[in-house]
Amino acid sequence: MSTTQERAAAQKRFALAKSGLDTVDERFASSKWLVSALDKIFPDHWSFMVGEIAMDSLIILIATGIYLALFYVPSSTDVVYAPTSGHVYLPLVGQHMSEAYQSVINLSFDVRFGLIMRQAHHWAALIFLAAVFFHMCRIFFTGAFRKPREINWIIGLALWQIVSLEGFTGYSLPDDLLSGTGIRVIYSIVQSIPLVGTWLAYALWGGRFPGSTFIPRLFVIHEFLFPLAIVGLLTAHLMILWHQKHTDFPGPGKTETNIRGSRVWPQYAMKAGGLMMLTASVTFLLAGFVQINPVWLYGPYTTYTVSAGSQPDWYLGWLDGSVRLWPHWEFRSFGHEIPNPFFPGLLIPSILFGIMFAWPWIDKWIYKDYGPHNLLDRPRDKPFRTGVGVAAGMFFTDLTLACATDLLANNLHVPFERLIEVLQYGVFVGPIAGFVVAYWTCLHLQRTDAHPIRRPVGGIIYRTASGGYHTVGDVHHDDHGHDDGHGDHGHGGPHSDTPGGQSPRHDAPTPEPVAGD
Amino acid sequence: MSNIDDELTHPGPAETTAGADGHVPASSVRLPFGRNPRHFGIDPSDPWPADVPMDQDDTHWRFENDPKGAKRAERRIAACWTVTLLASIAVCVVYVTGANNQLAGLCYGLAFGGLGVGMILWARDLLPGHEVTASRGHHEVSSEGYRVAVAESFSRGTDAIARRPFVFKILAPAAGLLGLGTLFGPVASLGPRPHTDLYKTKWGKGTRAVDQDGNPIKPTDLPVNGILTVFPEGYMDDALSPTLLINVGDSDFKVQPQRAGWNLQGPYGNIVAFSKICTHAACPASLYNVQRHQLICPCHQSTFDVLDDCRPVFGPAPRSLAQLQISTNSDGYIISVSDYTRAGGGPVGPGFWNRG
Ligand code: HEM
Ligand code: FES
Repeated sequence: MSTTQERAAAQKRFALAKSGLDTVDERFASSKWLVSALDKIFPDHWSFMVGEIAMDSLIILIATGIYLALFYVPSSTDVVYAPTSGHVYLPLVGQHMSEAYQSVINLSFDVRFGLIMRQAHHWAALIFLAAVFFHMCRIFFTGAFRKPREINWIIGLALWQIVSLEGFTGYSLPDDLLSGTGIRVIYSIVQSIPLVGTWLAYALWGGRFPGSTFIPRLFVIHEFLFPLAIVGLLTAHLMILWHQKHTDFPGPGKTETNIRGSRVWPQYAMKAGGLMMLTASVTFLLAGFVQINPVWLYGPYTTYTVSAGSQPDWYLGWLDGSVRLWPHWEFRSFGHEIPNPFFPGLLIPSILFGIMFAWPWIDKWIYKDYGPHNLLDRPRDKPFRTGVGVAAGMFFTDLTLACATDLLANNLHVPFERLIEVLQYGVFVGPIAGFVVAYWTCLHLQRTDAHPIRRPVGGIIYRTASGGYHTVGDVHHDDHGHDDGHGDHGHGGPHSDTPGGQSPRHDAPTPEPVAGD
Repeated sequence: MSNIDDELTHPGPAETTAGADGHVPASSVRLPFGRNPRHFGIDPSDPWPADVPMDQDDTHWRFENDPKGAKRAERRIAACWTVTLLASIAVCVVYVTGANNQLAGLCYGLAFGGLGVGMILWARDLLPGHEVTASRGHHEVSSEGYRVAVAESFSRGTDAIARRPFVFKILAPAAGLLGLGTLFGPVASLGPRPHTDLYKTKWGKGTRAVDQDGNPIKPTDLPVNGILTVFPEGYMDDALSPTLLINVGDSDFKVQPQRAGWNLQGPYGNIVAFSKICTHAACPASLYNVQRHQLICPCHQSTFDVLDDCRPVFGPAPRSLAQLQISTNSDGYIISVSDYTRAGGGPVGPGFWNRG
């Protein structure tokens, strides 16, 4: 095409787009907002993509979940599995099972593409939780939860809790032996709550375990209540994120008042769409090739059988591990008792989540730093916080290992008693060791200014705003640093950043952004 | 692309001039960002901030000056999307030819994957975009004027409420009770009150023990070291009732005080009955280690010593499994003498607040 033709075509497109956008503007006065939305800056760092993967998997979950719901029968009515005209799973023929279990078996074997939808739903749930978990770790280790983003930290944690429960209620729906066992344990934990436990359990289950009311209720919870909460909280999360803008890693030219990234339209949006397609691709490849939750092998739930090697999905392993490692203690006096499962099943998780919810304020108090921050910390620059994070990671890892003691004992050929004892010590030793190693590593990294994984040492290559590169040996004396009122935002250099406000950088009060009329 | 930029950046007259039809010719409009369409988050009424470079340009794309490269990129992208096209057809073929799960996964994976890779290549090679530095703007906090204004607006209401502290004092508990009162009924209807339900199982005086096929059991059905899960006849589904019959033979079973005669002894051995419901979290304690006469609960590995009152010897279970007093009826079938009792270590299963 000649240039004039191109020009004419561009003008035509422009006129078309404009008349369309005008139509919208005449109703919503949307142009001002749309300009800023299309020009909105999104970060290009890979670690920010993980949040997108979480969102993509949520979309897959909702789509596949609605499909499953069209076939699932939320009923515990007893039926005998019988050969039908369609495909049957022969080993189960003649067995008693709930209608719920039968509907999942039929969905898996008799409904074409039912199995792949089920497996995609479950894989998407695992990917979703992994992405959310990674996202949470990044927020913690880089200090992204600091003012003004404390509320999003809280919403994020609440999301993590609800999403874990959503996953749990999901894999409990098929009413197979594994899920029934999990529900039985949960009933016992609810029943163990002081004062109101039995009432609560009877209210939730409509009476004594298992009862016939619970599966229909579980279905409403899994497919209406929790998804509603998740979508609601996620919307709030993203609106706040949109308003506050994302955080940014420190670097040359970066300040508290500017932001680096790509404008969303068109390149970034296209990349994000591509990422969503790749997430779907991986999910469906897994759903096709890697079997997950083969409920027909576990068999239908009965109250008197259980299979050895019952493990929850990975994100709830730590809770199961906690229940396994807590010793046989419980408390009894004045004719009342606080039963054993209450402590590891509710009290310890509540304390842990309490600390996590309060962390933004604990962190302020530790570092005597109450100001707002848009630039992130590098984990090494806050050895204490990093140490706490690694310690928490060790704690969760220890508990997660504990949920598989039976499998591990079999595979390692050690008595499970020894393994449990080791992991019981590990609850204390692991976090302490993790803290010490992480703290020491941070100090070491500060001193050498090395990349934790990449070698060699000796300088950092920076990409400048204009796309050029330059190497910096000692960033501390690098005149690209900007005085933004927060001192040098520690890209390296030996900081002694111990708790108690020793940090020279944070002793100075952080100036509030000056508001002018 | 650059053509449109030229259009947009044309300096227009200071005033917008609408035509007769109310539409404004684009070239005659003053744009909010003046000659620079890339405003990078800066409010047009603000001076250009020092930390946002002025010369940034993110309207270029990778193969802008390399028509051959661009053609190659175009072909690569087209190839990816052709994969999507073919895989989308293939997945329908897979459906009608038996819906093999692996093939379905492969086709879906290729369809989504081809689309995704193509989109990412398109973004990388042919679409404009580049990292830039923009301003965060200054809406992180409102101006002090607005902060005072909002506090005043709010106080307009609270002042009026504070003038009448008495009604407010009544309102607070009234609203609270309204909340509790409206919730009480619906919540109470969710389930029955537990009363003493958790103390009871379906065993009773003379209840026959049946196996999972509903057959009654005679002591001779259980060989030495044999173990069998039994149910009160007619109540297979009751979650607290499953009970283990264990023939401990001539092993040294310690009879607990007040429990003499609770077991069945005869030429067939020594049969004892213990609740199968773990006192930890109610899983069925179903693994039996014959050599050590230990029951192991597969859920959290609590281990119970059968010969010594099913006392927990390892793991989180805090209490012994309850023992059921058994006997035989006139037909020789095993029956329970009563429900689980305090003397037998009942109530069965995990603890609860008023278990005491
Ligand atoms: C938001 C996050 C969600 C998570 C983490 C999640 C997780 C799960 C998991 C792990 C399962 C077990 C699948 C299996 O059988 O292996 C499941 C089952 C199920 N989910 Fe979801 N789910 C989510 C959303 C939804 C939504 C939005 C719906 C419906 C509108 C839904 C409907 C169902 C149904 C009907 C089943 C049972 C059928 C079956 O297991 O085959 N889910 N879910
Ligand atoms: S339920 Fe038996 S050990 Fe936990």
